[in-house]
Amino acid sequence: MTALQTVCLLAVAVAGTATVLTRDPLRQAVASGLLGLALSVLFLAFGAPDVALSQIVVAGVAVPVMVLLALAKIRTVDRAAARDDAEEL
Amino acid sequence: MSERARLVLGLGSLAALGALLVWAVGGLPAFGHPRGPYADLAPRIMLDERHVANAVTGITFDLRGFDTLGEELILFVAALGAAVLLRALRTEGAIEEAAADEERRGPGTAEALRALGAVLVGPTLLLGIYVVVHGALTPGGGFQGGVLLAGVLLLVYAAGQVAAVERVRPVSLVEVTDALGAAAYTLVALAGLVFGVAVMDNVLPFGTTGSLLSGGTVPVLSVAVGVEVTAGVTLILSEFVDQMLLRSRRGD
Amino acid sequence: MLAYLVAVWLLLAGLYGVITSRHLVHLVLCLGVMQTSTYVLLLAIGWRAGGAAPIFADIPRNTPIVDPVVQALTLTDVVVEATVVAVLLALTVQAHKRFGTCDPDALGALRG
Repeated sequence: MTALQTVCLLAVAVAGTATVLTRDPLRQAVASGLLGLALSVLFLAFGAPDVALSQIVVAGVAVPVMVLLALAKIRTVDRAAARDDAEEL
Repeated sequence: MSERARLVLGLGSLAALGALLVWAVGGLPAFGHPRGPYADLAPRIMLDERHVANAVTGITFDLRGFDTLGEELILFVAALGAAVLLRALRTEGAIEEAAADEERRGPGTAEALRALGAVLVGPTLLLGIYVVVHGALTPGGGFQGGVLLAGVLLLVYAAGQVAAVERVRPVSLVEVTDALGAAAYTLVALAGLVFGVAVMDNVLPFGTTGSLLSGGTVPVLSVAVGVEVTAGVTLILSEFVDQMLLRSRRGD
Repeated sequence: MLAYLVAVWLLLAGLYGVITSRHLVHLVLCLGVMQTSTYVLLLAIGWRAGGAAPIFADIPRNTPIVDPVVQALTLTDVVVEATVVAVLLALTVQAHKRFGTCDPDALGALRG
């Protein structure tokens, strides 16, 4: 096992743990992006450029955007509901 | 059941699962010495018979093409499911009105971001098409290039051109393209029957390694998957973006 | 061996996150962590010591390469799981609209 693989594996383990332990979804999206980056370097170290390309594209482009848009929608609905409640009082 | 009891039970079962898994991976072949004969055979078939330089893409679209058909249809159904779920949250015509409102208000993003988005659309499109078409030669293929092409929609959105977003992805066109990609893959898979060999057999001429038209049906399937993934991911992303457009409207 | 242990650790950590989650989006991202454990395991099984990447564009024909079959499985998996995450996020947005909360414990039972 090469040194690069060992370092990448440890980085992936740490990033994965950080993603799970971060409770706030917004910060967790950032941690998840870092996990994706560490994974793509790990895949390159394992001799898999196709998989690394997939991982970069998906974890960098598609997933963070969807998570952030979903969170923004949830926050907007919350704020509108709070505004309605405040108006009723 | 109380919170604490659930937590204790959960941690206990996780520990048991962990012990079993560690025991299981202890029995795997030593790291660095895989035992599968398929791994030596597959690249030989790919390189010598099919003239495909990228063994992984060759296996994805030729030797294991049937698995890829299933995966592609999962993607199709998932895009459909996300679109149905998110469209239930909005009324007809609301998107057009929200887009018109946003046009009038003007984009709120910084000038530098808009310029960067506008400049990057062309090269990203070109790069995505390159990755899809060269799947048999270099690392790449339909899946990677497809998601890259779907990212063009995000660049247009980041550039603040809401009306351009509507034009870039007229929704019925995206849906039709998605269906066409999935159908194309299935038809090429069934083409084997037309030529009198098994389904999913590689029936086109193989060409020479390294040229664009090598590998028989592999680049054709790569393009079909690229079209389908682009349209599917664009559909999903555009539904999410629409929800953002509606964020300032009450009752949606 | 470290690679297999990291895969097991990621699975357990993701599962722990799913069990103790208090926000549906947090739950979906922990599910993503569990998915990454399968990718690491698959690629670790295929690694051959001293092997090159399985692209024969410019290496001689007989160089030993890593196992390309597991890479084919993993790369389609990565893209498809992203769309499954999209469906789950759409469900989350729907659930939030319906129940007003994103806490899995507070979501009501399914009503017909």
